[in-house]
Amino acid sequence: MHCHLDAPANAISVCRDAAQVVVAGRSIFKIYAIEEEQFVEKLNLRVGRKPSLNLSCADVVWHQMDENLLATAATNGVVVTWNLGRPSRNKQDQLFTEHKRTVNKVCFHPTEAHVLLSGSQDGFMKCFDLRRKDSVSTFSGQSESVRDVQFSIRDYFTFASTFENGNVQLWDIRRPDRCERMFTAHNGPVFCCDWHPEDRGWLATGGRDKMVKVWDMTTHRAKEVHCVQTIASVARVKWRPECRHHLATCSMMVDHNIYVWDVRRPFVPAAMFEEHRDVTTGIAWRHPHDPSFLLSGSKDSTLCQHLFRDASQPVERANPEGLCYGLFGDLAFAAKESLVATESGRKPYAGDRRHIFFKRKLDPAEPFAGLASSALSVFEMEPGSGSMSWFVDTAERYALAGRPLAELCDHNAKVARELGRNQVAQTWTMLRIIYCSPGLVPTPNLNHSVGKGSSCGLPLMNSFNLKDMAPGLGSETRLDRSKGDTRSDTVLLDSSATLITNEDNEETEGSDVPADYLLGDVEGEEDELYLLDPEHAHPEEPEYVLPQEAFPLRHEIVDTPPGPEHLQDKADSPHVSGSEADAASLAPVDSSFSLISVSHALYDSRLPPDFFTALVCDMLRFYAEQGDVQMAVSVLIVLGERVRKDIDEQTQEHWYTSYIDLLQRFCLWNVSNEVVKLSTSRAISCLNQASTTLHVNCSHCKRPMSSRGWVCDRCHRCASMCAVCHHVVKGLFVWCQGCSHGGHLQHIMKWLEGSSHCPAGCGHLCEYS
Amino acid sequence: MRLATAANEAYTASLAVSELLGCKQCGGGGGPNEELGIRIPRTLGHGPSRFIPEKEILQVGSEDTQMHALFADSFAALGRLDNITLVMVFHPQYLESFLKTQHYLLQMDGPLPLHFRHYIGIMAAARHQCSYLVNLHVNDFLHVGGDPKWLNGLENAPQKLQNLGELNKVLAHRPWLITKEHIEGLLKAEEHSWSLAELVHAVVLLTHYHSLASFTFGCGISPEIHCDGGHTFRPPSVSNYCICDITNGNHSVDEMQVNSAGNVSVSDSFFEVEALMEKMRQLQECRDEEEASQEEMASRFEIEKRESMFVFSSDDEEVTPARDVSRHFEDTSYGYKDFSRHGMHVPTFRVQDYCWEDHGYSLVNRLYPDVGQLIDEKFHIAYNLTYNTMAMHKDVDTSMLRRAIWNYIHCMFGIRYDDYDYGEINQLLDRSFKVYIKTVVCTPEKVTKRMYDSFWRQFKHSEKVHVNLLLIEARMQAELLYALRAITRYMT
Repeated sequence: MHCHLDAPANAISVCRDAAQVVVAGRSIFKIYAIEEEQFVEKLNLRVGRKPSLNLSCADVVWHQMDENLLATAATNGVVVTWNLGRPSRNKQDQLFTEHKRTVNKVCFHPTEAHVLLSGSQDGFMKCFDLRRKDSVSTFSGQSESVRDVQFSIRDYFTFASTFENGNVQLWDIRRPDRCERMFTAHNGPVFCCDWHPEDRGWLATGGRDKMVKVWDMTTHRAKEVHCVQTIASVARVKWRPECRHHLATCSMMVDHNIYVWDVRRPFVPAAMFEEHRDVTTGIAWRHPHDPSFLLSGSKDSTLCQHLFRDASQPVERANPEGLCYGLFGDLAFAAKESLVATESGRKPYAGDRRHIFFKRKLDPAEPFAGLASSALSVFEMEPGSGSMSWFVDTAERYALAGRPLAELCDHNAKVARELGRNQVAQTWTMLRIIYCSPGLVPTPNLNHSVGKGSSCGLPLMNSFNLKDMAPGLGSETRLDRSKGDTRSDTVLLDSSATLITNEDNEETEGSDVPADYLLGDVEGEEDELYLLDPEHAHPEEPEYVLPQEAFPLRHEIVDTPPGPEHLQDKADSPHVSGSEADAASLAPVDSSFSLISVSHALYDSRLPPDFFTALVCDMLRFYAEQGDVQMAVSVLIVLGERVRKDIDEQTQEHWYTSYIDLLQRFCLWNVSNEVVKLSTSRAISCLNQASTTLHVNCSHCKRPMSSRGWVCDRCHRCASMCAVCHHVVKGLFVWCQGCSHGGHLQHIMKWLEGSSHCPAGCGHLCEYS
Repeated sequence: MRLATAANEAYTASLAVSELLGCKQCGGGGGPNEELGIRIPRTLGHGPSRFIPEKEILQVGSEDTQMHALFADSFAALGRLDNITLVMVFHPQYLESFLKTQHYLLQMDGPLPLHFRHYIGIMAAARHQCSYLVNLHVNDFLHVGGDPKWLNGLENAPQKLQNLGELNKVLAHRPWLITKEHIEGLLKAEEHSWSLAELVHAVVLLTHYHSLASFTFGCGISPEIHCDGGHTFRPPSVSNYCICDITNGNHSVDEMQVNSAGNVSVSDSFFEVEALMEKMRQLQECRDEEEASQEEMASRFEIEKRESMFVFSSDDEEVTPARDVSRHFEDTSYGYKDFSRHGMHVPTFRVQDYCWEDHGYSLVNRLYPDVGQLIDEKFHIAYNLTYNTMAMHKDVDTSMLRRAIWNYIHCMFGIRYDDYDYGEINQLLDRSFKVYIKTVVCTPEKVTKRMYDSFWRQFKHSEKVHVNLLLIEARMQAELLYALRAITRYMT
């Protein structure tokens, strides 16, 4: 239930009997009775002809012993007490004008009837005895401003105060000269604190750094026992009665919700109230022994009573599912336990893959245990089958720039061939043929490529038969492939299809790892076929009778989806099913035409390279689709302007980011940097320019060296001296891990060529590798 | 700018005489370079500031290690040691924070591209016709690869930046008029719209350069040697300024006049300081005794607000901005209008309801991480900076004076502190000082050397620079508060 106030509220406080609540703000000061269904305005304390600043309240507090006694803190620095028992209309009792700046907080002693404490912006806390006209004692925090003061509920003489500079102080009310204890709790102002109602030494603090911290004050040094990270600066914190680990918070800016946290679960709030439309400024539990009612006042001029059982529970909305797949093809997923339990019956089926199953131990002490728990399953690749060494090798050996296009293509083709990736090698060769002047290419090569294209007809048929045997499977596998792991997911397929799936899998495996998959008979031929050396190619020509024969075959299957890529031995690829969609967009006639046109074009009509651009782009998309984003990006870089404009920016960016991500996961930092550098996409190339600062600490005093990287401001020493030339090293510093002496990279390299001992003379036999 | 041109004219006028005479003291004629026909630019010989004699300003080379480190940082970050740095180094503690913030705003990670940042700086400085800052940032803008076409005027810049023009204008002159509609207009402009993070970055840049323009005029920063008006190709000996002048310590003629004028009133101004200190002492003591009534407190704020309206320099002649600067902004007629004169429908801004520490900081830090922290530090240092000295007196608690200055500036922008007695301002700040403050903060382009000289005559130059730091930080905070409040209102 809620009611509308006339003005924004700054603070609220509840009467001892939980039947009334007081709301105070800049231009509001009213008491409401809390009834069954609504709030009823009982008293307006803002009386008088001309409202003065004394009534502009920053804080209000209701005495917990005497239900007639209230105190307010005014923004102009005045502390006012109110006695509801006064017969006149004006209930104002006493006025303390001792503070020079805004008073941020007032607090009554929990058991003593006449003791009032105030904390102000001027850095002072004052203790008033209501029977006297001025303060009894003044405590100086030696700091700018006090944000909150709270009497300890258990210790009669103790109170805590929090400061704008991040400190929390503990005071003994009898000793105004110095604080008992002081520690830094937050980075930036500490806006609020609250003592635990039952646990003697627990103090919760909330600050501008968006944290709520729970401190154990019973130990010698205040110890942080819990820490909750919220999404906005914390304005108020209140322990929930009867629930040892619960506390409610609201924030000062941006976020309007009230959260109730279980401090042991600091990441997801236990409950959330979303009623307010502007920041919540005051929260109070209605009754000190009833955990179900929470009252709140807000800048949106409403007063609300929240029922705990109505709160939304973010945990329910949480998605305890997650999926991640590892560098080498391992897959881990977490899912709701209930889901996993029903399907785990099929587990033994896994056969060739290892399946690890984790389950979190339930902790009965934890209140959330049943709500959002999930089981984690991990599928591992068979050792060996998931080797990605081809990827690493390729990445390291490819040449991407700095040489003429023809050389780059040749080089890359060679690399690919050496790694046994003939399809890729062939692509490079073709790129070279397309984009480099035709005069360089000897005739036989072209024949070969045509021949090769047709030679693929037979294996193609094979893979098709397979596919036809498992109708309806295609779509499934395609889906799987996009997730990046075919095998684990096929588990989910109908068991009747198992046999076929397995076979299919064996092949699809090759799709991720083309190097692994080669049809034996084609392999030998192709390897030689693609050698560019004309001398080698010539003697082999006679062997190409078979291709001639295969040509018609190719035409027969022309209306079936496979083989959209000109000159690629598409047939080898088990990905036919995967690229079905692709193929549909490409007219099959077109692809066969391209086959022919290559051989003719370069010699007869001299088609401009532009002619092939569309095909090359499709080829790139095909590779990317297939998961070989490496190829797509490499070709993109090598060809540069020739194809760039034909592929939209976003796709390019997407490829680049995926490739860079992969490279970085393999720790190929240099390659990834080179790729970033060579990319023309702005979003990518700026990756290199962000966060280029390297922070170093002094090797002597261990403090960060802020101004310059080589001289420490504090101990005035040069951090890194070269052991060879005895000068400061300002760039790359290399050192021996055995004796920790080192110096300029060049100097050390030179030194160790001539001597194996450490240049510093420590006698250590240094190794440089 | 107008001043600089005037000064230049004075020099050219005196050339006719001195050209014939050469330098009276050293008799030096044209140097060898003249014979070679090489035109070598040289400074006009004011030092970094036209208001502060060069000998008062720290010479590069004689600084202590802390300052040296600052210079080194500044040089490393900007590739130059500009005159602003040379003047601000009076207060190295502040300078460090200032440079760190500026460096972060212009060069570190942030939502806006580099050339946008400099362009926004140009836009902001141009609002106050601050050719010094405009020139500096035109160079930087081109250096980071900005399109030179944009420099022909705002209408040549992308629509996105043009949209910012309105906010720039209001923020510079009448920040209290900023509403959430302004913010909404920028955030929802289809393909030209700003993101919240970009907007906060832009707002911080705008306020930074508005207030930096105030500093530039307030301290009479001279143009850099490589910028227009910062150099002359005349050999040194033909001007009335010569090497031997520096060694003798007497500067240009007008400097002498000022000194003599100062000597006349030296006894007056001595009492000025005494009187100010006496007032502070009184206020300190009797604060507890006579407590002003609530009504009176409220009316004092109104009085102060109203009075600030009449405080204005006498020479109100219209300034026509230099052509090269004016093309960077439109609507030249839009200027500061007194808050109180139009304040009928604009409610007073209460700091207790929206302050930098609680609200502004959180918002900035959320949308533009780390900057909130940096600006917060800068505000703190500026507000708390003190050496406990006043003119020739030592061990003085100046917090009251500093607070009066700070609150007076906020008062001019209609920002009120509930817990401040605005009567104090009247006691502590005399008229000539108020004129200076108001001119620097609201219409910095109208500051003259006479204004600078006529307030606080016995105070040191470093103290006057200190006042300027307070002025610019208070102004920046005031603008930021209004802008951020509008953003907050938009978000809720």
